[in-house]
Amino acid sequence: MRLNDAISGVVLFIFALAVIAYSTTFPSLHGQAYGPSLFPTVIGSCLALCGLILVGRGIRAHRHDNQTTTSAPQEQEQENPKDLHGWVQWGDWVSDGSRLTTMLLVPGLLIAYIVLSDIVGFILLSIIIMTVLLYRLGTPLLSTLLIAVAGTVLLQLLFAKVLLVPLPPGLLLPWIG
Amino acid sequence: MEAIFLAFSLVLDPSVLGVMFLSAVFGLFVGSIPGLTATMAAALLIPFTFFMDPVPAIAAIVTTVAMAIFAGDIPGALLRIPGTPASAAYCDEAYALTRKGKAETALGVSLVCSAIGGVLGSAVLALTAPSLAEFAIKFSSFEYFWLACLGLSCAVIVSTGSTLKGLVSLLIGLFIATIGIDVTAGHPRFTFGNVEMMGGISFIPAMIGMFAISEVLRFIAAPNAQHSVPQQAIKHVFRGIGGIISKYKLNVARGGVIGAVVGILPGAGADIAAWIAYAMSKRFSKESSKFGTGHVEGLVDAGTANNAGLAGAWVPALVFGIPGDSITAIVIGVLYMKGMNPGPTVFMNQPELIHAVFIVFFLANLALIPLGFIAIRLSRTILLVPRHVLIPIILMFCVVGAFAINNTVFGISVMLFMGVMAYIMEENGFPVAPTILGIVLGTMLEQNFMSSMIKADGEFSGFFSRPIAATLGVLVIAIWVLPLIKMVFRAVLSRRVQQTKP
Repeated sequence: MRLNDAISGVVLFIFALAVIAYSTTFPSLHGQAYGPSLFPTVIGSCLALCGLILVGRGIRAHRHDNQTTTSAPQEQEQENPKDLHGWVQWGDWVSDGSRLTTMLLVPGLLIAYIVLSDIVGFILLSIIIMTVLLYRLGTPLLSTLLIAVAGTVLLQLLFAKVLLVPLPPGLLLPWIG
Repeated sequence: MEAIFLAFSLVLDPSVLGVMFLSAVFGLFVGSIPGLTATMAAALLIPFTFFMDPVPAIAAIVTTVAMAIFAGDIPGALLRIPGTPASAAYCDEAYALTRKGKAETALGVSLVCSAIGGVLGSAVLALTAPSLAEFAIKFSSFEYFWLACLGLSCAVIVSTGSTLKGLVSLLIGLFIATIGIDVTAGHPRFTFGNVEMMGGISFIPAMIGMFAISEVLRFIAAPNAQHSVPQQAIKHVFRGIGGIISKYKLNVARGGVIGAVVGILPGAGADIAAWIAYAMSKRFSKESSKFGTGHVEGLVDAGTANNAGLAGAWVPALVFGIPGDSITAIVIGVLYMKGMNPGPTVFMNQPELIHAVFIVFFLANLALIPLGFIAIRLSRTILLVPRHVLIPIILMFCVVGAFAINNTVFGISVMLFMGVMAYIMEENGFPVAPTILGIVLGTMLEQNFMSSMIKADGEFSGFFSRPIAATLGVLVIAIWVLPLIKMVFRAVLSRRVQQTKP
């Protein structure tokens, strides 16, 4: 996913303004001009400036692109296929339905782990996450299950038994607690 | 002298040697798999180092990374895919050698030069760091403020891609560092009432996210075929290497110096060192037309430089606590976690630890020769390991690692957020190294600024009242102002040329 610089610039600019606005609510130290708000404000101002410059660059690049594409569309395409036309260029994975699903599954599964790990537990969730991803990335079903179970057991032994990390047991508490 | 003996006994402990051996195997494996970088290897190691003493923890990271940087040359030479970014500079050259049927020579030169470069870099580290530390012991918050500025400025200027995007990346890192309880007034900033945010964004999960999760996403987004390894005998790796090294001994020395110097610069690591060394080699070569066609000269320079750069990056990290590259940023994070704040005081109070680091560096780079040789012999098997099987395992490993730092899922949230952010940033040409440096140095920068301001009674001139601080300050200002002047000068000049033309 490649964005035109103008879009990144606008996002950064809005973010920077929010940072500066929030920083004004910080208390100041008595008798001192510099308090907790100094650094966030300076950082925010610089970011806002960078954001504006990026917007300028992006708009210029967009205009330039449009001009060259209308005059010689095919040549340009061949010369530099990575050049950005339009405001947003979605990567190949977006148009490829199956890869898009896998791509979205990674954050999705991680969020599921964050929310559910205390209730369901590490072992069950880890097996599920690995199975889903392995299968989607093209491993045959049987090897998928084997690898997911073996990998999970290995991680559980290594971290819970050797390094004594309290991985949540969840539903399996009666057996491994 | 006593400290050196103590350091030897610390390193030559069987458990430390065992850790080094396992790390070496891990590093060689990760480095030789395309798409898994040396920095990622270091990030995956952090959860383990968290449970170790300082010496084995440092030994693990040093060994893993030295091995991984060399191992990155293996798929570079055999498949034309650099295993780590540090091998990218001379990957085409090495592959051209393989196409000529000289894969043995390419890998042999890479291996021997990597080891020599590592030893040269270690020597630079061991010779310069202690004397610099003696000098740095006199530094106050004014000097440290400017040093942090200098480090961050370097990180922006030498980063790959546009300077503007490097600056944005740095500012994002600095902003992340402000999250949590602030250093002067104890006021919670940007925490939104969340108790876990008050402690700040701990950078271990952040780094696992930025270097491992982003790679996982990149792997899934890009089409990836398993590559077939060329059928070529790779047996006599060391045949003829002695002749090549003695023919190009000046190149070895030059590569080592370039690597160490570039490594010392904050923000520039092994990958940039390799690019510069390769370009220098081509520029000054008597046979520069042969470059790109399978000529070993460039390999000698760049292969030496990237391993030398690794050790060079430790100089500012150990002496000032300013990371020289992303890997030392991780190291500094690990050291802080262990309550061992890097800086000149460590050289005075715990010299055995510093000597132990030097010994580990020499040892790891010498061990590179036999272990790297075995890795080359096994390379065909290693390259057959399907990456799509490794990716889900790495993902779960990251989850457990991010959890293990504080034993809360908050770490996993940080990891996920930073991973997605790093992926989007890199896709759009924003380098991530400045962000890491910003996160690591942000607190140091603010703390030193605030205490300096209090000392100087709010007068900004205080920052120029001490000779070293003033010099550093002028240097920082020059770094930022000179390119601007140059730009204006050029614009004026080009306008004049345009005016005189018609």
